[in-house]
Amino acid sequence: MKRNLMTLALASSALVATSAYAEDVTLTIESWRNDDLTLWQDKIIPAFEAEHPGIKVNFTPSAPAEYNAVLNSKLDAGSAGDLITCRPFDASLALFEAGHLADLSGMEAMGNFSDVAKSAWQTDDGSASFCVPMASVIHGFIYNKDAFAELGIEAPTTEDEFFAALETIKQDGTYIPMAMGTNDQWEAATMGYNNIGPNYWKGEEGRQALIKGEQKLTDPQWVAPYATLAKWAPYLGDGYEAQTYPDSQNLFTLGRAAVYPAGSWEISGFNALVDFEMGAFKPPVQNAGDTCYISDHTDIGIGMNTKSANPDAAKTFLAWVASPEFASIFGNALPGFFPLSETPVEMEDPLAKEFVSWRGECESTIRSTYQILSRGTPNLENDTWGASVAAIKGAETPEALGQKLQDGLASWYAPQQ
Amino acid sequence: MQKPRIRWHIAVFLAPAVLVYTAVMIFPLFNTLRLALFSKVDQERVFVGLTNFRTLFGDPIWSEQFWNALGNNFWFFIVHMLVQNPIGVALAAILSHPRLRFAALYRSAIFIPTILSFVIVGFAWKLILSPIWGIAPSMLDAVGLKALFAPWLGKEEYALTTLALISVWQFVGIPMMLIYAALLSIPEEILEAGEIDGITGPSAFWKIKLPLILPSIGIISILTFVGNFNAFDLIYAAQGALAGPDFSTDILGTFMYRTFFGFQLQLGDPHMGSAIASAMFAIILIGVCLYLFGIQSRMRRYQL
Repeated sequence: MKRNLMTLALASSALVATSAYAEDVTLTIESWRNDDLTLWQDKIIPAFEAEHPGIKVNFTPSAPAEYNAVLNSKLDAGSAGDLITCRPFDASLALFEAGHLADLSGMEAMGNFSDVAKSAWQTDDGSASFCVPMASVIHGFIYNKDAFAELGIEAPTTEDEFFAALETIKQDGTYIPMAMGTNDQWEAATMGYNNIGPNYWKGEEGRQALIKGEQKLTDPQWVAPYATLAKWAPYLGDGYEAQTYPDSQNLFTLGRAAVYPAGSWEISGFNALVDFEMGAFKPPVQNAGDTCYISDHTDIGIGMNTKSANPDAAKTFLAWVASPEFASIFGNALPGFFPLSETPVEMEDPLAKEFVSWRGECESTIRSTYQILSRGTPNLENDTWGASVAAIKGAETPEALGQKLQDGLASWYAPQQ
Repeated sequence: MQKPRIRWHIAVFLAPAVLVYTAVMIFPLFNTLRLALFSKVDQERVFVGLTNFRTLFGDPIWSEQFWNALGNNFWFFIVHMLVQNPIGVALAAILSHPRLRFAALYRSAIFIPTILSFVIVGFAWKLILSPIWGIAPSMLDAVGLKALFAPWLGKEEYALTTLALISVWQFVGIPMMLIYAALLSIPEEILEAGEIDGITGPSAFWKIKLPLILPSIGIISILTFVGNFNAFDLIYAAQGALAGPDFSTDILGTFMYRTFFGFQLQLGDPHMGSAIASAMFAIILIGVCLYLFGIQSRMRRYQL
């Protein structure tokens, strides 16, 4: 009987192209997000399987630090899963170039994503896309609403208001105006330079021009953010030079600091820790009414193994990942990791809602150093860490820092030579 | 006449150590030296001779980092030589004083940090010196010296010295123990003979004990040299792979790590990393040879 059914199934699958997988197929997902295992097993996979009978999904994450090595050896051995969670930029591009990831440009569902969202998983010329964008993190500032109310200040929208607010908090003395240290360096670049910078270099416009070699890091729009960062120093609290990332998180969640230059990934962690109300404001613009730009940084995508035995089922799954339904499940289960599809997602977490609402008001971009520009030596991203720290400390002038970065980039990147 | 037997047991007893040592030390060492002569071009490993070294010393982007790391390494070593070893000798001299009470307690207390992991030491000192939670600022405040406090680990001009002193704190037990053992082995008769000649107290230390423990001090110096030029863990645990602020605590170990394994968006380059590792090996080799042939062989030894 079973055999008959199967024959029937096979026959029908051969006849009906749209249901090429009548018998149960199992898809395996490779991922580094072992933190999200329960989320996948309890929410995402059941939702998919309910809609697509006949496809079973297995989520098999490995430890984040080992993921790249494990995945590469599995791919080489031909034992990797059907679906592969993609790191942004060069790591996944290398997999595509080695023939491990399938070209998904033709997939209809890719139309649900903006060019910026897709840019992390495209070839340099943008001709091929190889991963469906899953989530991004947005930069901005999280603030202590109770403290702001106590001091009678509003969330700032322009730079003047921003520094005026910090000055008020400093004069009052109850709170450290802003919780950020320079000891670990990356915060200064990620939450500092790449947070406020897009407003100066006009987001994608500047970033693309830099990649094309039309703008230089010595241009005013790339140097000015350093000058602004230099003005942060007096508001960072005593001994910020030796303050680490966990120090800053603790200072803010303990209610000792009023403003926290943030990435949205902090939301779920902070929600569990704070006993005051939090709000968020986007990077302040220079003059009231200016177009605002936010860093909406692509972080996770998912692609298909070219050697998958069930390419059609895998594509069905990818199309579902690109759908608004997936976006809504994913975005609400992990507040702070925002789905990238263009259909807006209704968020439940108020802070996450605030962050994601900026997408409607501002132009999105990604961190300026991540695509292409950090391929060579010296590494532009690492250099930007050092430069941002030096700017805050006032160790060098913004112009000198811009020159240094430009010299480093020009030493290996042809369009900048 | 019996033929001399082949003494198989020597080979058998040596084999485990030789095999293990070859597998985990000698082979990787030579393989690293070999790797330094290759480079990756278009996914292929090709032999490039000394090009990596030419880049390392000739390209300003690389050579600046290398000389910075080497200079920092020398400063790290100098701090150890000027602080750790004299303190170690002094502690040993005090501990070997026959009328000191609780000597065993002090000895253990001073030695214990040596057995702690670098990660613990780095983390604990980071907390102690933290301007936010640390006890260092409040302790200085209690004695009215708050003005002297600075976020030492975050300032270019102090960070390396601070880390070197943390390392001194951790390892001062080792010279202390070695010198202590050397001091204990000096026969009483010699000291008594000196006393008869009128050499007592401090001058007995300077004129009799110190010359007798000089070989031990020499060994300690060379151990410090090798240890410092191989150092990596403390800096990595306290300041991360970028050895901030602004590479002021970057030593050869962290420079090699960053290059070999990559960091953040920077992809690892095993070949340049091996070139740096080879340079480190050469520096240590030269240092040890200078010591062995230049100092140790001229050192006067006394038959006790």
